[in-house]
Amino acid sequence: MELVRSHILVCAGTGCHSSKSDDIIENLNKWIAEEKMDKEARVIKTGCFGICALGPIVVVYPEGAFYSRVKPSDAEEIVKEHIVKGRLVTRLLYDETKKAESISSINDTNFYKHQMRIALRNCGIINPEYIDEYIAFEGYSALARALTEQTPQEIIDILTKSGLRGRGGAGFPTGRKWQFAHDAPGDIKYVACNADEGDPGAFMDRSVLEGDPHSVVEAMILAGYAIGANQGYVYIRAEYPIAVERLRIAIKQAKEYGFLGDNIFGTGFQFDLEIRLGAGAFVCGEETALITSIEGNRGEPRPRPPFPAVKGLFGKPTLLNNVETYANIPWILQNGWEAFDKIGTEKSKGTKIFALGGKIVNTGLVEVPMGTTLRTVVEDIGGGCPGGKKFKAAQTGGPSGGCIPASHIDTPIDYESLAAIGSMMGSGGLIIMDEDNCMVDIARYFLDFTVEESCGKCTPCRIGTKRMCQLLDKIVEGHGTMEDISLLEDLCGHLAQNSLCALGQTAPNPVLSTLHYFRDEYEAHVREKRCPAGICKNLLTYSINDKCIGCTACVRVCPTGAISGKVKEKHVIDPAKCIKCNACMEKCKFSAIEKG
Amino acid sequence: MPNTKTVVPFSATPEQMKALDAVIASHKGQPGATMPVLQEAQEIFGYLPEEVQLKVAEGLGLSLSEIYGVVSFYTQFSLNPKGKKQVAVCMGTACYVKGAGDILERIEKLIGCKAGSVTDDGMFSIDATRCIGACGLAPVILVDGDVYGNLVLDEVDGIIKKYMA
Repeated sequence: MELVRSHILVCAGTGCHSSKSDDIIENLNKWIAEEKMDKEARVIKTGCFGICALGPIVVVYPEGAFYSRVKPSDAEEIVKEHIVKGRLVTRLLYDETKKAESISSINDTNFYKHQMRIALRNCGIINPEYIDEYIAFEGYSALARALTEQTPQEIIDILTKSGLRGRGGAGFPTGRKWQFAHDAPGDIKYVACNADEGDPGAFMDRSVLEGDPHSVVEAMILAGYAIGANQGYVYIRAEYPIAVERLRIAIKQAKEYGFLGDNIFGTGFQFDLEIRLGAGAFVCGEETALITSIEGNRGEPRPRPPFPAVKGLFGKPTLLNNVETYANIPWILQNGWEAFDKIGTEKSKGTKIFALGGKIVNTGLVEVPMGTTLRTVVEDIGGGCPGGKKFKAAQTGGPSGGCIPASHIDTPIDYESLAAIGSMMGSGGLIIMDEDNCMVDIARYFLDFTVEESCGKCTPCRIGTKRMCQLLDKIVEGHGTMEDISLLEDLCGHLAQNSLCALGQTAPNPVLSTLHYFRDEYEAHVREKRCPAGICKNLLTYSINDKCIGCTACVRVCPTGAISGKVKEKHVIDPAKCIKCNACMEKCKFSAIEKG
Repeated sequence: MPNTKTVVPFSATPEQMKALDAVIASHKGQPGATMPVLQEAQEIFGYLPEEVQLKVAEGLGLSLSEIYGVVSFYTQFSLNPKGKKQVAVCMGTACYVKGAGDILERIEKLIGCKAGSVTDDGMFSIDATRCIGACGLAPVILVDGDVYGNLVLDEVDGIIKKYMA
């Protein structure tokens, strides 16, 4: 590989890719060729930088200039000014890194300085499509050492001592899981990776696979060696085409380099990896359902025990871990369990990636040490809610998790603390809601999701989720009674106790947690037929206040002719005709229209 | 099955049928082949009509009911053809809390069909999809493969009309 003076890193994660980062790369290359700088600069396509709100992102090294919201047409200026003349393109620099005469490191910005990147260590740094770059960052060295110097039991012991717990949500100790699979009798065993990231609003696993697929490949080979398996499967969502493609490339390159296949590192150990595409079923994130799906069937869960470690894929002992869990493993083996054990809290070690989304300024991907408070994530890293709105609640764990109200913003993020306040770590989706979000509506949204995604195998989940959703519909439409609320609570208990798998067992969580922390909102819907956040359409009434100057803009935009009044005089809305489409409110320049 | 069968009569080119035969042959005997075969079959035909399912069933030595069971279980598999231009509205949580519901409603009105269906002339189909993972751009829609992010309701009309021309 030739050495060059400048490296131009361009984010090619799904977010930036959607905003045309491919065109930016093409244009950069075009201008580099045009300016005859191809011996001086190289464009590198990387995985996600994390701060998706500023995308597409281009970073130029060695200066570390962090350009945000770059357009394909900006490529010319970046090459001509920065690469050719060595002048920063100030207008594109991320504000927080701008200094009078120079730039400060991106690592000192609020978004990055509270973070610690282990699972995402190579994302946004290496080109995920070149195995050499992964190797240059010590990739596959843990595998080499393991295969040539360590016994399977030694590897499992390191993981056990590190305190790593499953990052898919449940938090089961990873070392113990490996031990079970190792100890299970049988000649044929399997290793599987759960990349069926189904939580709406979560994209951690996708970003790891897009930015650093080899870390998962390496960990799976290690797992194969540790438990005595020769075949692995990655079950990944078909909706993630970029991640699938990069994983395919990674597997192909690993085969070419002899890290997959027969006689790996000349040790006689043999291991192969296959990709299986999911087909859009949330329940397949549940381990037994995922296994059933890889076998080619409807993805319905099976009762446990027997656990997959004893009887899993094709009836054989199977080790199943989540993408983020695997991504941590090469790091732990390289740096030692002691290094990992030092990070985090007493019972939750290491870091956790969160996909920060919703009503937050810095949407994106963040990795923080366990035990970091929600406040740090929301206010310091996330930059709070946009438009100066008030933070109302954070939702973790998707359809299986709960809402954390603003009053608990100082809760440390770890498995136990989140469970204690009725939420859960979940896989890492962290959706921020502000004062304009209705918590009953959010609960209904998640139940609507679980109704759709319930596989139908067990009755409590199939019928229970439907009934709960109907009750919530009734409440948001303004026909709810206080008995409906107690009936809801009752159903929550039945689902949690009697459902076959985690989907049904945890489906009540969004309802239980909102009922617990926002009961007054439910009661306002039922008793006063009012939605305090102004979201539930059936409960809204629109009216015009004294700020109206009679400009008639609203009259013209109203699709049902519900607004009347004389020019330059205050108008009125006929509630019988109003369909609550909000068109007038969007059009009014004088804040004269109110809803409530 | 009658209630889910498409109204559009199935027609396939000999090339398509040949491609399907090749897919079945390449996966035959592989454990858990059903899903990969169906995924590749859907890529060939755009959807999975009864005729294709029957062919897959025969090819893999399974019953039609087993194949139909799998097809109807997963949302990715479609029993009906999609429109020439596909509109997908992300309904992931991040998009939902930023008003994806209203955007979907507006698009349904504009195009004249509901989410999960196709217009009578076969031009457009709308899907309310699960999270597509571009939460940083919420709310997001995909029209004919193009991504539109950070949408505000007022932009929707302009975007959709571009594809109607």
